[in-house]
Amino acid sequence: MKIIVFAENQDGNFKKSTFEAISYAAQIAANNNGNVTAVSIGNVSAEKLAELGKYGADHIVSYAQEVFHSFSGEAYSKAISHAAKSLNANLIIVSNTYSGKTIAPRTAAQLSAGIVSGVISFPDMQNGFKVRRTVFSGKAYADVNVNTSIKVLAITPNSFAILDQPKTAAIEIMDAGIGSENVHTKSTEIARTSGKVVLTEAELVISAGRGMKGPENWHMIENLADILGAATACSKPVSDMHWRPHSEHVGQTGITIKPNLYIAIGISGAIQHLAGVSSSKVIVAINKDPEAPFFKAADYGIVGDAFEILPLITEAAKAFKSQQA
Amino acid sequence: MKILVCMSNVPDTTTKVTFAENNTKFNTQGVQFIINPYDELALTRALEITEKQTGTVTVVNVGLADTEPNVRKALAIGAHEAVRINAEPLDAYFVAEQIAHYAKGENFDVILTGRESIDYNGGMVAGLLGEMLNMPSINVITAIEIENGIAHLERDIDGGREKLDCPIPFVASAQKELTEPRIPNMRGIMAARTKPLKVLEPTGSQANTLTTSFELPAPKGACKLIDVADAGKLIELLHTEAKVI
Repeated sequence: MKIIVFAENQDGNFKKSTFEAISYAAQIAANNNGNVTAVSIGNVSAEKLAELGKYGADHIVSYAQEVFHSFSGEAYSKAISHAAKSLNANLIIVSNTYSGKTIAPRTAAQLSAGIVSGVISFPDMQNGFKVRRTVFSGKAYADVNVNTSIKVLAITPNSFAILDQPKTAAIEIMDAGIGSENVHTKSTEIARTSGKVVLTEAELVISAGRGMKGPENWHMIENLADILGAATACSKPVSDMHWRPHSEHVGQTGITIKPNLYIAIGISGAIQHLAGVSSSKVIVAINKDPEAPFFKAADYGIVGDAFEILPLITEAAKAFKSQQA
Repeated sequence: MKILVCMSNVPDTTTKVTFAENNTKFNTQGVQFIINPYDELALTRALEITEKQTGTVTVVNVGLADTEPNVRKALAIGAHEAVRINAEPLDAYFVAEQIAHYAKGENFDVILTGRESIDYNGGMVAGLLGEMLNMPSINVITAIEIENGIAHLERDIDGGREKLDCPIPFVASAQKELTEPRIPNMRGIMAARTKPLKVLEPTGSQANTLTTSFELPAPKGACKLIDVADAGKLIELLHTEAKVI
C-alpha cells in the first residue's frame, strides 16, 4: 500500500495535525506492508522537512515553486494529485483542517477517488476498506466503505496520537509543472490572532456562556485559558449577542471540536451545543443550575456561581503551573 | 449575475438522533426537516447580491420528492427558480457529480453551498464541484461582494481570517457570519407556488462510498460533583485522575 500524506505547514512550520496524519499513515503502512510519502507544499526549510521522518515518513517530497508560496486549493490539490500519480499511491491522507478541507475534495475529483472526511478510526481492511467518521456533529458515528481503488481520507485533528517512529527519509524536490494560470484566487490580507491557541487544534478549551453576564467579564475566562495554555470558546447565544467572535462559537451550527479537556462555564448544554463538544475526552461543567443538561454530559461538575468558582480554579491552576515549572 | 445555490434537506438541529433498520438508516420518524442552515445563509446572501445588481438565483437540491416542501421554502424566501435532481443523495461525490452535470450547460457566475450539511458534516461538495467544473473553490466564506466580475471575499483560516479576490466564475461555501437568514413573508409564500420547480432525472453515476451502519456514542458515566468550596481541587483531579493537564 502506497500512502501519501499532505504535510501542511503554516509560515514554514509543520502543524501538529500534520504530525498526527503522518503517525496515522505510518501505522497503516506498518500493518499493510506499505510506505508513507509526506508531501510538503510551499516554502519549508530542509531542516523542517527532515522533521517529517521522525513520525514515520519513509520519503519526503517538496513542492516549493513560487506558485505554492501562498495557499490555493487549485494549485495545492494538483500538487497532491501529481505526487499520487507519480508514486502510484492508493491512499491519500489529509488532516481535516480548513486547508485540508479545501484540498481533499479537489484531489479526490482529480483522481476519481472515493472520499471520506471527519475520519476518526484506522481503516478496517479485513473485508474491503472501512472507516469510521463522526456524523450529526458528533451525536453519532457512521461506518463507511470506500469502493474505489484510490481513496482519500480527511482525518479529524486531535483524534490520533503523534508517535515517534523515526525513519531516515530522503527529501526529493518535485515540480508538478503548475503555472500561475492555474490559480485564480489572490490573497490580499491574512490576519491571525497571534499568541493565542487555535481553537480547532487546541487540546484544552475553556468555554463560557451567558452565565458570564457580559463581554466585560471575559477577562476571567481568558486569564484561566492563558494560565493553562488553553483556547477560548463560547456558546451560540454569546456569539449571537456579539459578546465574542463567531469563530469561537462551538456547537452544531458553529465548529465541532475534540479537545482532551473542555471546561464549560455558565453554559446550560443545549443539545446543539453538546453536539459540537461531546467528543471531548474530558468535560467539566460549571453551572449554578443543578438541572443544567450539561451535567449529564460532563465527567466533572461544580454547581455554583461562576464568579465565585472561577477565582478559586484560577488560583489553583496558577499554583499547579508554578509547581510544574 | 447568475447564481446557483446548492441546498440540502437536513434534520432540524434539535433532533434527537436515532437509527432504524438495525442501525443502518437514520430514523426519520417524527423528525422535522429544514433547509441546511448554512445553505440558507448562502441563499440569503445570493438574493442580496442579485437585488443590489441584477440577476437570478437558482436553488438546486439532490433529493427525492420528500424534500420539495423545503425547496418551495427556498422559493418563498426569494429564489427565482428551483431544480430538484430526483435521487437519493448517496454521498458528497455523487451529489457533486449530479450538480456539476446540471450546472455545466447553465453558465452560472457564482455557485454557493453551505460550509457543510449539519447532518453528515462532510463539507466536501464545494471543492468537488469546483474541480468538476474547473472553477476555483473558496471554503468557509464570511463575506462576499462582487464588482465588475471580481469577488472580494473573506474566509476563515486556522487561527484567523483571510481576505482574497477571485474572478467569476467560482464556487464558495458559506460560513455563519455571511449574513442573517431571511424569513419568508406571505407574499413570498404565495409567489413560490407559481415559481418554476424543475425536476431532473439523475445521471447514471454511482456512489463510491457506502455507509454501512451507524452507532450512538456510549453514554457518559456519572458526573463527579465537586463542592464550590473545594473548586480548586478540580485542577488536581484533572491532573492526577483524568490526566488531561
